[in-house]
Amino acid sequence: MQSELELPTKVHKAKQTRKLKPHPRVRKLAWLTLSITVAIGVWWLLSVLPGTKESFPNPVAVASAVGTMLGRGVLFSDIGSSLFSVIWGFVFGFIFALPIAILMAWYKPLENIIGPWIQFIRSIPPLAYVPLVVVSAGIGAKAQIIVICIATFLVMTVTIYQGVVNIDPTLIKAARVLGARDRDIFVHVIVPAATPYIITAVRLGATTALTTLIAAESTGAEAGLGMRIQSLSQTFDMAPMMLYIIIIGIIGITLDKLIRMFERKVTKWQDK
Amino acid sequence: MAGQIKLAIDHVSKTYQSERGETTAIHDINLKITENEFVTVIGPSGCGKSTLLNIIAGLEPATDGKIICDGQPVQGTGSERGVVFQQYALFPWLTVRQNVAFGLKMRKDKSAAAQERVNHYIEIVGLSEFADRYPKELSGGMRQRVAIARAYAANPAVLLMDEPFGALDAQTRGQLQEELLQTWEKEQKTCFFITHDVDEAILLGQKIVIMNAHPGTVKEVVAVDLDYPRNQETRLSEAFLAIKKHVWAQVYSSAGV
Repeated sequence: MQSELELPTKVHKAKQTRKLKPHPRVRKLAWLTLSITVAIGVWWLLSVLPGTKESFPNPVAVASAVGTMLGRGVLFSDIGSSLFSVIWGFVFGFIFALPIAILMAWYKPLENIIGPWIQFIRSIPPLAYVPLVVVSAGIGAKAQIIVICIATFLVMTVTIYQGVVNIDPTLIKAARVLGARDRDIFVHVIVPAATPYIITAVRLGATTALTTLIAAESTGAEAGLGMRIQSLSQTFDMAPMMLYIIIIGIIGITLDKLIRMFERKVTKWQDK
Repeated sequence: MAGQIKLAIDHVSKTYQSERGETTAIHDINLKITENEFVTVIGPSGCGKSTLLNIIAGLEPATDGKIICDGQPVQGTGSERGVVFQQYALFPWLTVRQNVAFGLKMRKDKSAAAQERVNHYIEIVGLSEFADRYPKELSGGMRQRVAIARAYAANPAVLLMDEPFGALDAQTRGQLQEELLQTWEKEQKTCFFITHDVDEAILLGQKIVIMNAHPGTVKEVVAVDLDYPRNQETRLSEAFLAIKKHVWAQVYSSAGV
């Protein structure tokens, strides 16, 4: 009898707690808000502490730098120019990386020849080979795209190659005994099995494209976030410099979010 | 023995070259399997039973000898020889239905009959409710059911199975053994089934091939004269136990234990 009497209250309680617990999306947003608030707090602290205040202008000063840079008429052209180089450099890097990585994983001789080159060039900071690019490609957008293309190509090739090499050979056998030819195996096994790695490669590539921006825009660019940061640093114009750094970070986070959304769509079959 | 020879293994040997020299995995294997016969192969690890299956499937070439399926020597893989692997080998990015339909898709068979086959075999393995799920959402036993349905749907003349229930727990294994027997009785098919489990070899097989190791050779072929339908209770019958005693002794003496 007693347990029967207790039951309704338990159900009631359960309902209540469910109501009190906010939706996961709301909770995520709350954490994000908290994270940003704390970051701004730390930033503020850095802007008043004697040891760091010369490097960190306060948030209000940085916010007002938006007006300054808009007034100089460079903010949008800088963002536009950098995005242009980042996107095209990344796109070309990907177009080269995908087939080369897959061919390297497929044909051992190719891997033996190209593999060491990629490892070699990968350890060189992009800034070091900028002069080589400029001598042949001249200054301007073309050189910037080439520099970003090289850097993103290297990181994406390595990642996609790993993905293709790691494909379970039993899956290829299973496809073969079900009548798949080489072409079918490529389209219906290799590509889907490597998709999670391809997307990881795209994410790494996007990050690399942004981190290579300063090197790329040291090719004598006329506009661009990286170029502007360098020129502002020469005059110790800290507030707009900080603003530009933050803009690069925001672009990076946004790109990553977009790629992750796409990833969830195409790899929902994956074991998490 | 009546019945047409479906699959003949004719003086098949396989030697691997390695840094330490040559290793003979299997040596001079000769077997004849008649149409709709269920043959189980048992032997200690290292007896080359998986190598033999790979050669029959066309996934590996034989060093010597040949495989003849329906009177034709086989070259490479072919959809008349279906395979069920121990590790399921389902395509994780495809749903159950898409996995089962894979063989028909490779044949570009988009007919209504093909659709029907796919649904039929999903139903036979009892997964109609799960047809649109991904493999990650299924248990081990369910995954292996999908793999069996996939092999059946491609309609091979011979079904090769490489320890398909080896990774499952005892209860699920027993269940899948019975289901496989029922399917085989309903839709006759030539089956070549590798196992390391003596009970499984007897329960499923009409004929048991016992292999020796190092190098892998055929030690003995034992006929299993047990009535159908067989189920887990069959394992307790006198006749079953008598065969088991014999097979057990043969397998373990060849393992050198």
